[in-house]
Amino acid sequence: MKVSIVVFPGSNCDRDIAVSLKKFSNKDPFMVWHKETSLPDSDLIVLPGGFSYGDYLRCGSMAANSPIMKEVKKSSEKGSAILGICNGFQILTESGLLPGTLIRNQGLSFLCKNTPLKVQNNNSIFTKNYKKNDIINIPIAHNEGNYFASETVIEEIEDKNLIAFRYCDHNGDIDLKTNPNGSRNNIAGIINENGNVLGMMPHPERATDKSAGLTDGENFFTSIVESLT
Amino acid sequence: MKSLVKIMPKKGVLDPQGKAIENSLNQLGFSEIKEVTQGKIIEIEIDCDNEKDARVILENASNKLLANLVIEDYEITFPKED
Repeated sequence: MKVSIVVFPGSNCDRDIAVSLKKFSNKDPFMVWHKETSLPDSDLIVLPGGFSYGDYLRCGSMAANSPIMKEVKKSSEKGSAILGICNGFQILTESGLLPGTLIRNQGLSFLCKNTPLKVQNNNSIFTKNYKKNDIINIPIAHNEGNYFASETVIEEIEDKNLIAFRYCDHNGDIDLKTNPNGSRNNIAGIINENGNVLGMMPHPERATDKSAGLTDGENFFTSIVESLT
Repeated sequence: MKSLVKIMPKKGVLDPQGKAIENSLNQLGFSEIKEVTQGKIIEIEIDCDNEKDARVILENASNKLLANLVIEDYEITFPKED
């Protein structure tokens, strides 16, 4: 599996995701600076978490217009897998690769904690090694993670089963009380209709090492490696 | 010429920042203040000699970058220079 990780000015999870991907694929990913105008041949392109361009204007809006994003869009059209985590998810919505957008957390606080998620769609290259309705514990760390889209778009992603993960509690209950940031329908991550693009606010790369506490992200990476190798 | 692009949250889109400002003002005793919405104004000096052409350029810029039409509306104005 060939992986490219795009590095923007202000990315800060690029090394973490590289370590996680290497752990499961035994291969070093390419680190690609955002000003590049071509991508190495890649099965997976990752837009990592962080604060690209200092979150100026809107989170992800500047990065979405970086030179490399033209190539990311082209690769997406050709069917390469694209994964955006946290700021990467914001970049995917700002660039139109995923619908909707991420607005300020309802409670106005930066949220940094482990959060239970319910796996909603396990029929994707990113989630196939989970069982549907698995409850997994994955950290979130964001200020703008409140997923918003028009009613029409929300209905469409619900009807087409494009929600990969929802925020829940340890019993798996999904309601306003178990919604950390005000996201519509407790959405934590969505996939596109073709199934090759996933954006999520939680950080699976922070849940792959016992010494760091959590390991529920392991199935996420084994899914990707098995699907793309 | 000088132009302003005013960007505001769409009606119905949660505006937690506006709400926080509103609560703060109410706590300070401004009981007359009922509803606060926070947006942004971007001042742009544009090299163009008429408002019609400038508006086309600024609309394009707003659609492409300045505003996110999922959650925001924008309004372009040309203030008179002193």
